Amino acid sequence: MKMIFLSFSLFMTLNVFAANTLINGAGATFPEPIYTKWFAEFKKADPDTSINYQGIGSGGGIKQLTAGTVDFGATDVPMNVEEMKALKSPALHIPTVMGAVVITYNLKLSKPLKLNGEVIADIFSGKIKKWNDEKIAKLNPDIQLPVLAIVVATRADGSGTTAIFSDYLSKVSADWKNKSGKTVDWFRGSVAAKGNAGVAGLVQQAEGAIGYVELVYAVQNKLAFALVQNKAGEYVEASTKSVSAAAGGKVTKEIIQNNFKLSITNSEMKGAYPISSFTWFLIHETMPKEKGSKIVKMLNWSLGKSGQDLAADMNFAPLPKELREAVLTKIKGIKLN
Amino acid sequence: MFFNKHTNLSVKRKEVRFSDLLFYNSLRSLALLIIALFITIFIFLLASAKPIFLNKGWSFFIDSAWSPTTDTYGVLAFVYGTVVSSFLALLFAIPISVGSALFLTQICPRALRRPIRTLVELLAAIPSVVYGLWGIFVLAPFVKNYIQPFLSEHTEALPFFQGPPFGLGLFTAGIILAIMIIPTITTISIEVFSSIPKLYQEGAKALGATDWEAMRLAVLTPGFSGVFAAIILGLGRAMGETMAVTMVIGNRADISSSLFSPAATMASVIANEYAEAGSNLHSASLSAVGLTLLIISMIVNFGARLIIKRARQDI
Repeated sequence: MKMIFLSFSLFMTLNVFAANTLINGAGATFPEPIYTKWFAEFKKADPDTSINYQGIGSGGGIKQLTAGTVDFGATDVPMNVEEMKALKSPALHIPTVMGAVVITYNLKLSKPLKLNGEVIADIFSGKIKKWNDEKIAKLNPDIQLPVLAIVVATRADGSGTTAIFSDYLSKVSADWKNKSGKTVDWFRGSVAAKGNAGVAGLVQQAEGAIGYVELVYAVQNKLAFALVQNKAGEYVEASTKSVSAAAGGKVTKEIIQNNFKLSITNSEMKGAYPISSFTWFLIHETMPKEKGSKIVKMLNWSLGKSGQDLAADMNFAPLPKELREAVLTKIKGIKLN
Repeated sequence: MFFNKHTNLSVKRKEVRFSDLLFYNSLRSLALLIIALFITIFIFLLASAKPIFLNKGWSFFIDSAWSPTTDTYGVLAFVYGTVVSSFLALLFAIPISVGSALFLTQICPRALRRPIRTLVELLAAIPSVVYGLWGIFVLAPFVKNYIQPFLSEHTEALPFFQGPPFGLGLFTAGIILAIMIIPTITTISIEVFSSIPKLYQEGAKALGATDWEAMRLAVLTPGFSGVFAAIILGLGRAMGETMAVTMVIGNRADISSSLFSPAATMASVIANEYAEAGSNLHSASLSAVGLTLLIISMIVNFGARLIIKRARQDI
């Protein structure tokens, strides 16, 4: 009797271990919807693995990975040298999808507003104060611009969105050199709100307001956003296609050379939306066999066709094909022990 | 038989003493636990704020520049935001709260007392994020389109109401905070006023006092220390309130003479920046902001206690 009971309980315990590998990840909030969707779909393909992802912010993801409390991290801004050094076990930056920052505004116009880098930088440093300013009018000859003060709305909380936007500004304007980051000192006279929702709320409240939000958020909430002139001189609307284009062709090779950590704002590619960026998984180069093999499987699935198609459906721009293949090759190099 | 009874009794008495001791000690250790908790939090904040104090020393407290991009930090702009928004909140909330507490205890028909009081208490049950949303979508446009134009037009000589209209800023934050602390001040004031014996008022009226004089002499004066304590509790809530304020204050680390300009409070900057604080110095500075808030709250509480003590002695 005792033997039966013992073997039964032993069987149960083994069974529990075999049935479920629990993997924990944490980090960026921007890609959280697509990650959650991926992991739910992945569980259908591999019922033995549960992946739990918490969108606590990029900084939090890096801290938790450093502390070893999660199996993988995720971030919108690549780790800097100090953060890399603090890691006990080195980690790879694996780009997963791409995102963009759009310039949303509250004006009743017959056509979408056109802006270029210089004008955006001037508006967001308070130099252009009225909508009928010569500089804006010059880019929009076919639009009647109102005589209205510009209200500039920015993000109050530290965020990847601000980091990407200010990184773009630092590339297109001399005034913004070395001023980019997750938190930025905006000019006196601008207002700031928390989160994409806060900024969008501010902009919708005030006629003549302008602000920057994530593309996915803007599309879901049907916000009006400006066409932005890219390095090739074209006015481009942000879309999954124009964002993916920012990492295509020549840029792809550069990205691969830089271990996937390249900033791709103000991309030189044709058809590229200029305020685009990657978001990354942070994956240890060496991982324990049991969990590691599952994580590698998940990566292959997410960066495979089904994962990337799913991303496009949710307005996250998929990686260009050539880049995806390079990432998949990189994943093969992950060591398991 | 007798002996038996006697021993029983003595055993019982011993048990009583033991349980008393247990009760006394467990209460004492619970009280000590609170003190230990406070000290632990204080030490934690001090330790995590250490880098900025080593870097800047005391000038952290008198510098108003806050710029994570250049790694320079000073707390003064946030102290200003917290103090001014809380002061505005008290300015709006005290007359309403004390007035309605007086009305409910002295004038209001008995049948209406319960329902009105319940409604006031329900205000406290609304989550602060809901107040924040209401602030963004209802209050801010109202302030922007009606209150600020009106005030700035009629007080052009003063700097307090000028500046571009955003709808978000100290003034709006003050109104939201006032609504949030009204239940605290009102309910405690009601308790204070109803605990004052009716006899005082009857005496005052017998001596020929009018209704208002009787209320002033026999309700407001003896109730002063209690109401003051209620106000301080409200002030504590206003200073520490985070979510709703963050949503409506505009979040700019500036000291501006206009009450309609965007500002930031100590609690709001911590909420905004802590999760993504980049450099070591940045997160240390945010801890130092928390420490400053704690110290200011302590000063306010001790000051209040002194005033209450004085008031009690006067009576």
